[in-house]
Amino acid sequence: MSILIYTEHQDGFVKKQSLEAICYGVAIATSSGEEAVVLVVGETTADLSSLGKYGVTRVLHVPSFSALSDTKAMAAVIDQAANSISATTVIFSNTITGKSVAPRVAVRLKAGFVSGVISLPDTSNGFRVNKNVFSGKAVTEIQVNSSKRVITLQPNAFEISAGEGVARVSQPEIAIPSSTIMVKEIKKTTGAIPLAEADRVISGGRGLKGPENWGMIEELAQLTGAATACSRAVADAHWRPHHEHVGQTGLAISPNLYFAVGISGAIQHLAGVNRSKTIVVINKDPEAPFFKSADYGIVGDAFEVMPKIIQAVKELG
Amino acid sequence: MKILVCISRTPDTTAKIAFTDNNTKFATDGVQWIINPYDEWYALVRAIELKEKDPSTAVHLIHVGGADSEAIIRKALALGGDEAIRIQTEEQDPQFIAHQIARIAREGAYDLVLTGKETIDQNGSSMGALVAELLDTNYIALATRLDIEGSTAVVNREIEGGEETLSSPLPLVLSCQKGMAEARIPNMRGIMAARTRPLRVEEAQPVELCIHNASFTLPPPKAGVKLIPADTPELLVKLLREEAKAI
Ligand SMILES: Cc1cc2nc3c(=O)[nH]c(=O)nc-3n(C[C@H](O)[C@H](O)[C@H](O)COP(=O)(O)OP(=O)(O)OC[C@H]3O[C@@H](n4cnc5c(N)ncnc54)[C@H](O)[C@@H]3O)c2cc1C
Ligand SMILES: Nc1ncnc2c1ncn2[C@@H]1O[C@H](COP(=O)(O)O)[C@@H](O)[C@H]1O
Repeated sequence: MSILIYTEHQDGFVKKQSLEAICYGVAIATSSGEEAVVLVVGETTADLSSLGKYGVTRVLHVPSFSALSDTKAMAAVIDQAANSISATTVIFSNTITGKSVAPRVAVRLKAGFVSGVISLPDTSNGFRVNKNVFSGKAVTEIQVNSSKRVITLQPNAFEISAGEGVARVSQPEIAIPSSTIMVKEIKKTTGAIPLAEADRVISGGRGLKGPENWGMIEELAQLTGAATACSRAVADAHWRPHHEHVGQTGLAISPNLYFAVGISGAIQHLAGVNRSKTIVVINKDPEAPFFKSADYGIVGDAFEVMPKIIQAVKELG
Repeated sequence: MKILVCISRTPDTTAKIAFTDNNTKFATDGVQWIINPYDEWYALVRAIELKEKDPSTAVHLIHVGGADSEAIIRKALALGGDEAIRIQTEEQDPQFIAHQIARIAREGAYDLVLTGKETIDQNGSSMGALVAELLDTNYIALATRLDIEGSTAVVNREIEGGEETLSSPLPLVLSCQKGMAEARIPNMRGIMAARTRPLRVEEAQPVELCIHNASFTLPPPKAGVKLIPADTPELLVKLLREEAKAI
């Protein structure tokens, strides 16, 4: 019996969220006495045996499969891998890939499915995990009654911890399904740190008056290795691209730092960011609702405060 | 072409979130219900736009839930659906709901099944993929654009750090998000017409349940904001480095 962790990679690196999922899977395997096995699909130059340092003993690698955008074919591959090691639990990260494929795998394995899990399972009474609901306004404990389960782990919900170890890498025998999905074009938003993966996020609202004033947001983001985001009002006004919009109807994020400048903190905005570890709010209105959800705040004019903050970060080095 | 749009119901985005029955149930007292925004603004409106381009297209709606959802179903019809199906159940298990949707999709031989990106109460983000697997068809998540060229769908979807254009044969299941269409409001003619559009109710088929919500909790309130005087922003930077360890 074992735990299978589906692991994403890009440009020769295993993604951070996948390392979190690996450590999470290893923690479950350790307490249940199962083996933690990683599955990597597609060609990569990453050194997969080094994943042993996170506590996995085995890596299954399927380099010959390349239709990563085809959720149907992907699920067929992962299903075979899970069956080949009699997996009781299959773990994904709650990323675009996890959301697209994990439910399909659950159906194939006749497994219970929970997305966006934020806690280790409580197995004192069956199998129970926590997840955020109501867009971060509440947490629910979900009881999984089936003998197998598929879960996606919320990014930033589990610490990565590394020790020593080398994993055995093998290429399992898997029937590669044909694909009917064709990739016609890929457009990368180059340079910038992808918002969904970012550890720190600097975000601007309508208080910044116009797109021409985003220089200070970008500069602070660059200095702190952060991604940039914005409120819906800003995206709707086309000051910033739509993929930067966070909140109830945009992206939900939970970085270590969410730094909001000139954003009022409407409930729909909060729904996407209230899971951030540290929230900083810069707003000239002391009554702005955002201050109620913030850890640190400055009541002041962004145009006066931000240059000084940027200067102070530069001096810190 | 036949399109099935999955309509779910969620509390209004400003609703107070509270729980009853020993924190095992969402307190629905005084809650305003709305169509889940992604379903209304993106999935449904795009389906209607496709019908406007090709009037032979049929747009059907499906909702899996109780009789008190009929108001939101009528609103969806007022926006432009031709007819609606409601599967009577109070069950919340996503796999249970997916089985009901898949059965209707299979029996009605729909070319396209559209869902929203996620429900803003359950935040499952999984329904489309569950339905697609049950139907053994292609599924594309988080679509920002959809065009139909003959029997092929051309779809833009969000990927980490960018966007991808895919083509897939029909039938296809798609989850829709921002970019797909511009939100509309129902007009008087639509509202009148919706009153007489067919709304069929069917019993749910039994499905073995895999999961249930054991309890709910509200997150602990923030300790309170630490305000830093506007004339010493460098103090904020110092606190973020030394106290919060955030930069
Ligand atoms: C169904 C629904 C879904 C929604 N989903 C989302 C969502 O996902 N994300 C989202 O963000 N919104 C969402 N909204 C919109 C939301 O309700 C707010 O309208 C929006 O977040 C406001 O954006 P804002 O804070 O940038 O602008 P405003 O509300 O205009 O606030 C601007 C703020 O900047 C401050 N300010 C002005 N000048 C300065 C200055 N010089 N220095 C410092 N501060 C200054 C002001 O005091 C004010 O607090 C949704 C709304 C609805 C109804
Ligand atoms: N009870 C339901 N009835 C019809 N469609 C639903 C239901 N629940 C979810 N959906 C659809 O599935 C999408 C994703 O839901 P979820 O996976 O729960 O986040 C929603 O945006 C709806 O389009």
